[in-house]
Amino acid sequence: MPSFLREFFKRNGTGMGSLMLGLVLFWTIGLIILPQLSMLDFSFRPNLPPPEIGGPKDVYTLENYKYLIYGPEGGSQDYNAVDLKVFFRTLVAAVCVTIFNLILCYPIAYYLAQTKGNHIRIFALMLIIPYWINEILRAFALRIIFGETGVLNNMFVGLGIFDTPFDFIRNDIALYAGLGYAYILLMIFPIYNVIESLDRNQIEAARDMGASWAKIHQRVVIPYAKPGISSGCTMVFMLSAGALAAPQILGGPSSLWFTQLIYQQFNDNSDWPQGAAYAVVLLVTCILLVLAVMRLFKVNMGDIGK
Amino acid sequence: MSAGVGVDLENLWIRFGDFVAVRDANVNINGGDFFSFLGPSGCGKTTILRAVSGFLDPSDGRVLIGGNDMKGIGPNKRPTALIFQNLALFPLMKIWENITFSMEIKGASAKERRKRADELLDMIALPGQGDKLPSELSGGQRQRVAIARALCAEPDVLLLDEPLSALDLKLRQHMRTELREIQQRVGITFIYITHDQGEALTMSDNIAVMKAGVIDQIADGKTIYNDPSTAFAASFVGENNVFRGRIKRVMGNEALIATNRSGELVARISTANQGRMKEGDEAMMFIRPEAFALAPQGASGDHFVTARVNHEEFEGNVFNIFMEGEGGKELKVSIPNLGQSFEDHTGQNITLEYETNNAVCVPAGELAAE
Repeated sequence: MPSFLREFFKRNGTGMGSLMLGLVLFWTIGLIILPQLSMLDFSFRPNLPPPEIGGPKDVYTLENYKYLIYGPEGGSQDYNAVDLKVFFRTLVAAVCVTIFNLILCYPIAYYLAQTKGNHIRIFALMLIIPYWINEILRAFALRIIFGETGVLNNMFVGLGIFDTPFDFIRNDIALYAGLGYAYILLMIFPIYNVIESLDRNQIEAARDMGASWAKIHQRVVIPYAKPGISSGCTMVFMLSAGALAAPQILGGPSSLWFTQLIYQQFNDNSDWPQGAAYAVVLLVTCILLVLAVMRLFKVNMGDIGK
Repeated sequence: MSAGVGVDLENLWIRFGDFVAVRDANVNINGGDFFSFLGPSGCGKTTILRAVSGFLDPSDGRVLIGGNDMKGIGPNKRPTALIFQNLALFPLMKIWENITFSMEIKGASAKERRKRADELLDMIALPGQGDKLPSELSGGQRQRVAIARALCAEPDVLLLDEPLSALDLKLRQHMRTELREIQQRVGITFIYITHDQGEALTMSDNIAVMKAGVIDQIADGKTIYNDPSTAFAASFVGENNVFRGRIKRVMGNEALIATNRSGELVARISTANQGRMKEGDEAMMFIRPEAFALAPQGASGDHFVTARVNHEEFEGNVFNIFMEGEGGKELKVSIPNLGQSFEDHTGQNITLEYETNNAVCVPAGELAAE
């Protein structure tokens, strides 16, 4: 038995230790790894009616992945332009949402972390309480705000800033706002956590040596907050790329999110293998993208857990 | 070296809401001086430092550096550099980047910075350590890096906020000497904050003794030790024995004091209080443990004290005798060990004598807490 396990059992007792270990293993293996592996398995099989499953036609194939790239066999186009376009647009949009969130949340997190006093707790509560409301209701609330006859349009037209109502939904502004809003806490709190432990004297020392605020953030605060920033960005990116409710409710009629395609394959086309292949491609691409960005900014995997 | 840039505080008040942290401070610090603010924690000395460095605005009064009013000038624009109590080195920057951070801000090239860092590392006796991270250095080395970082900014005034308090005793004593040497070499004004009277006395040209936001006395170390102007200064700096009483007669610069417990004793009125104390005033008289000598049994007069010995201890260089004193505090006497025989007096009454010049009389006032 490795020493950390022995230590673990010694500290918690055999009974409690086994229970805790068992639950964690059930959670990671039973609820995450096995279902994902079964999805992976699905993605390499043809879509067959139930009687033929396990039959001679049920062999591993790359058909489902080819479909994402080349489209239906004998189709009019060389590439599956529609789905690929949605795929890349989703990734780019998720990156944009992440960057937008970072720009919005970093100052908030910095302010929360570096200011003392009771009003900070009230401020934090005001950020948290809206998340008691379910995601779908929040999305519809944004629809009301951004709709053609919504609060914003009424205000802008009433003030004479716009002549005619602006279509926030068709222009995806509502979608980006909704996605951004959905995940701000996941961006704020990791950054807040790290900056809170930053010694205020370091900021003052930099200031004392003549640094401007921009320079202080660039050289002292941001490098220190890097683990929190990467952890927040990873979560926001992964969750935005995988979001379904917000794009469904706030997306314009012509702009699909890749998850909506996956949903259609599973639900409307009952083509689980195809849906699984799309989901696997999205997951793997997102992971690779995150790893590449982490490498670019020299972030270690261990930092993410901080 | 030039004469250096002086710092003046004029009628400086600093309030936090109803709390007065600094009350009407007036200090003139000469250019090139090593000046210490000495006082117990919470006396407002760090607040003064923050006002000089620009992190805090005075509520009233002025801070002048080199004769220029610093009002409205931020900490990043003042000719001061501050060394923090916890040093506040940047943990993610290498030592050479830490040291030359002020040059980076001014846009110096990496090559210039590296060169300057190596010079400063030589000066603080850490050659070749530039590529390490702060966490890879020992406490004393980090201390020196913090000094180098502050000096790299070429400030006119270096401000030090108890920078030695985190070090162990040996290192602290060593760094005292080193700090003083560095100050004399670079010739700029050092303003040093400490609650450690040993640090203040060994390093400073001048010391301001502070108590609860008020500056009690400003003088050089010898004067503060030998000629304190308040009861607080007398009891805070060094060990001291206090005798309370009322002035019976003033004779020039000396006073005869009717003490509560030890009869009538004569003392020198401290310089700052000469001409200001009169018959009937409540007074305190202070005599250092080392200023007493054993007197023949039964001797009496206005410079003899007789009391019962509670216990004695041998400290190596001195014999300490602890006797019944005033208000629950023991009277301490230190007799230098010159190889003489020394009998145990525990339980006996003994008589001590002192020279009038070594007994200092000040107006009655608050004593420093133990």
